[in-house]
Amino acid sequence: MTESLERSATMPLPAREQLETLVADILAEARAQGASAAEAAVSFGSALSVAVRLGEVETLEHHRRRGLAVTVYFGQSRGSASTADWRQAAIRDTVASACAIARHTAADPYAGLADPERLAREIPDLDLYHPWALSAEEAIELARECEAAALAMDPRIRNSEGGGVATHAGFGLYGNSHGFCGGYPTTRHSLSCSVIAQDNGEMQRNHWYSVARDRVGLEAPIAVGQKAAQRSLRRLGSRRLGTRQVPVLFAPELARGLIGHFIAAIRGGALYRKASFLLDRLGTPVFPEFVAIRERPHLLGALASAPFDSEGVATADRHLVEGGVLQGYVLDSYSARRLGMTTTGNAGGTHNLIVEPSGPFGHEALLQQLDTGLWVTELLGHGVDTVTGDYSRGASGFWVEKGEIQFPVHEITIAGNLKEMFTGIRALGSDVDKRGGIHCGSLLLERMTVAGE
Amino acid sequence: MMTIDTLDLARQQLLTPAGLGEDDLNRTLACLLGHAIDSGDLYFQARRAESWSLEDQQVKSASHAIQQGVGVRAVSGEKTGFAYSDEIQMPALLEAATAARAIARHGGDGPLQSWRPIQRPALYPPLDPLLTLSAEAKLRLLEAVDAEARRQDARVNQVMVSLAAAQDTILVASSDGTLAGDVRPLVRLSVTVIVEQNGRREQGSAGGGGRVGYDWFLAEERAVGYAREAVRLALVNLDAVPAPAGAMTVVLGPGWPGILLHEAIGHGLEGDFNRKGTSAFAGRVGERVASPLCTVVDDGTLAERRGSLNIDDEGTPTQCTTLIEGGVLKGYLQDKLNARLMNTAPTGNGRRESYAHLPLPRMTNTYMLPGAHDPGEIIASVERGLYAVNFGGGQVDITSGKFVFSASEAYLIENGRITRPVRGATLIGNGPDVLTKVSMVGNDLQLDAGVGTCGKDGQSVPVGVGQPTLKIETLTVGGTQA
Repeated sequence: MTESLERSATMPLPAREQLETLVADILAEARAQGASAAEAAVSFGSALSVAVRLGEVETLEHHRRRGLAVTVYFGQSRGSASTADWRQAAIRDTVASACAIARHTAADPYAGLADPERLAREIPDLDLYHPWALSAEEAIELARECEAAALAMDPRIRNSEGGGVATHAGFGLYGNSHGFCGGYPTTRHSLSCSVIAQDNGEMQRNHWYSVARDRVGLEAPIAVGQKAAQRSLRRLGSRRLGTRQVPVLFAPELARGLIGHFIAAIRGGALYRKASFLLDRLGTPVFPEFVAIRERPHLLGALASAPFDSEGVATADRHLVEGGVLQGYVLDSYSARRLGMTTTGNAGGTHNLIVEPSGPFGHEALLQQLDTGLWVTELLGHGVDTVTGDYSRGASGFWVEKGEIQFPVHEITIAGNLKEMFTGIRALGSDVDKRGGIHCGSLLLERMTVAGE
Repeated sequence: MMTIDTLDLARQQLLTPAGLGEDDLNRTLACLLGHAIDSGDLYFQARRAESWSLEDQQVKSASHAIQQGVGVRAVSGEKTGFAYSDEIQMPALLEAATAARAIARHGGDGPLQSWRPIQRPALYPPLDPLLTLSAEAKLRLLEAVDAEARRQDARVNQVMVSLAAAQDTILVASSDGTLAGDVRPLVRLSVTVIVEQNGRREQGSAGGGGRVGYDWFLAEERAVGYAREAVRLALVNLDAVPAPAGAMTVVLGPGWPGILLHEAIGHGLEGDFNRKGTSAFAGRVGERVASPLCTVVDDGTLAERRGSLNIDDEGTPTQCTTLIEGGVLKGYLQDKLNARLMNTAPTGNGRRESYAHLPLPRMTNTYMLPGAHDPGEIIASVERGLYAVNFGGGQVDITSGKFVFSASEAYLIENGRITRPVRGATLIGNGPDVLTKVSMVGNDLQLDAGVGTCGKDGQSVPVGVGQPTLKIETLTVGGTQA
């Protein structure tokens, strides 16, 4: 039976009007139940994902998700509730649950909707919706192609966790009792592959993936498979290192994580709780002078683009770090009020952070600059403390001498303190990885402690 | 132990409101199976959850969530087709079944067995934990925890407390005849404090929970105990010196440090990775993978524990599975699919985050049985090393076997004595050989307080861990002091 295999990958999205009516109904219900203000978010998502392993289909999954969330305010007291049920009775019950909570929570002078003058007035089309009319059969074929390319790379690629293809389409709408109501459809497609290289009883696994709003932006399946294979193969023969202090070069996909730790420390919630190693650092150098980080929320087709944040506040370009100096925090309305500041349009997170390269440095150039030290290509664990900045994680990668890769290493840790790691950045590469909300190239650090044998 | 008809409770909550009966389940499964599908199952779920949080000495936010739906799975050989709906209605069920069965293009038609209801004595009461305290009493509980933390020490300047509960009602109907239901309460309380001294800030966190009602926190001073523990931890860290770097003897405290077993051993023994040969433990049953002092089990049958289940998410009753006995690898953790493909029996470890996720082999409560040594003796036997008693999270690469777990409370051991506290550090090792280096096992088995959540393939499920005090002859400690 193949009738379902010919269905399109994702379900049709609901009409904007249906979602707008739903938001209006929720807000009306909140008003009817006595709320002085309210905000509501509704979402619909549909996805198809397939996984192929050793040439055979392993899983074919159809996803369809609905959501509805409401926050009500009674003066300065608030309550929230959510459900996946869009029927009138469910709306009534969900609003009632939120109201019941608001009757018990303490009045919070900082609580409330975003200030009306900050709400987005125009909602630019950011080119985020490119549905992929992909049948399950075609998806399986692409996943197969991806994995086959990896398996064909080298006889030492003898096992696989498979190739995968996923396509997702969604529509989210947010509205509040200031009269704001905005939403837009988005898509996201991905190709991935994970294979295992084996030699002399040793097994090493690695993966690669490509993700884009528009399938045209995806890497070719063969390229994804081949990169996965190369990344697994190059780990074969991994050794440990002796304990030492050395310069460390982070691969772009890991450098992104370091910038993520920086963001976590300048988020409003961490700042007003004094739970950050970067307290009171606004206007002071946090990085070397050559470091510049910009937020570009309106980049067309980018993965973290958004015309407004999750409370309707208009997003805008800004400099987060200029000349190494911290220019702003990452705030929503609540944390901004607590800090006596104004929101930066970051309710729900940041929108495309661009870490400027410190020069035209590709990977090879950075290996030369590293000279002798550790090139880290994978990290394991979550040993990062945002309060103190202490950083200690498992790592694997390559030992480099005089700019030349010597051998792969594993079962080591790298440790330092983020405050010093940030000021110890020596170079930022132009080999930028755009597969996430932080666009960053390789990052070279002056020194970290490597623990091993 | 009580015997409660959880299947009937689940039926009433999940099927009756939609006017669905066992005939409808049969019809849906028949629709699934008529198309070269070996087996199939339906997983109905309704979930009610809430969380309350306190900061600045006041409960200022809380939320309530309801989720329900049905997942439909069709299995053909090694292939799985899956679809779900958030509407529990016959048309939606048939639509999901049609999508799920599209996986099969060849193979035999699986038989539809007659219903075989699964019942077992209940490990926890089928209560709705959200209703076990009034809203006022929940606020008082949060405020009491806050007050207790602040009373401990003047250096405490932030206290954040959260209280959460969920009730999951599930019903599994499978073409193999399994018909089973479960009502699963789960509560959790956690407290994080920040202390400050001369401009230095440190945090400490503690908490606990289980498959019980909120009133459990009021007994035995549990809730206020978490507050004291969080403050104690934060204060210890105010005095901590940089952690050492390099390979050294490590003594792990009892209880939560059992995260070692979860990462180093547990994941690598999950059936899917072993069927596919992608685990560093694949094909090693019967081999020595630990010192003879080590016996490790995964036990889903402990009353009221966070990781326990009456039945797993495929309707298989949970059990106590021996993973390592006297140092020898005994077996794997199995769901139905991987057990069938490996010609063995399911072990009650087929778990899923929700109806919108596929079941996978997952751990329940994983722990090591106690040994003979007094914990004091173990410390005294170490000339220079690390004593690690509290941990954050961990992670493992099941293929290479490398795993990490990050200490949040640790001390130096010098000449057989615990001396200075050291700052947080990640410990790294190799799963298949770390337990071969266990040279002493304490007589002080403890299970964790009930806060663990395990992630795999993007799915989170509650789990437990435990162990007695353990001495590992050599493990790499990722501090900064080279």
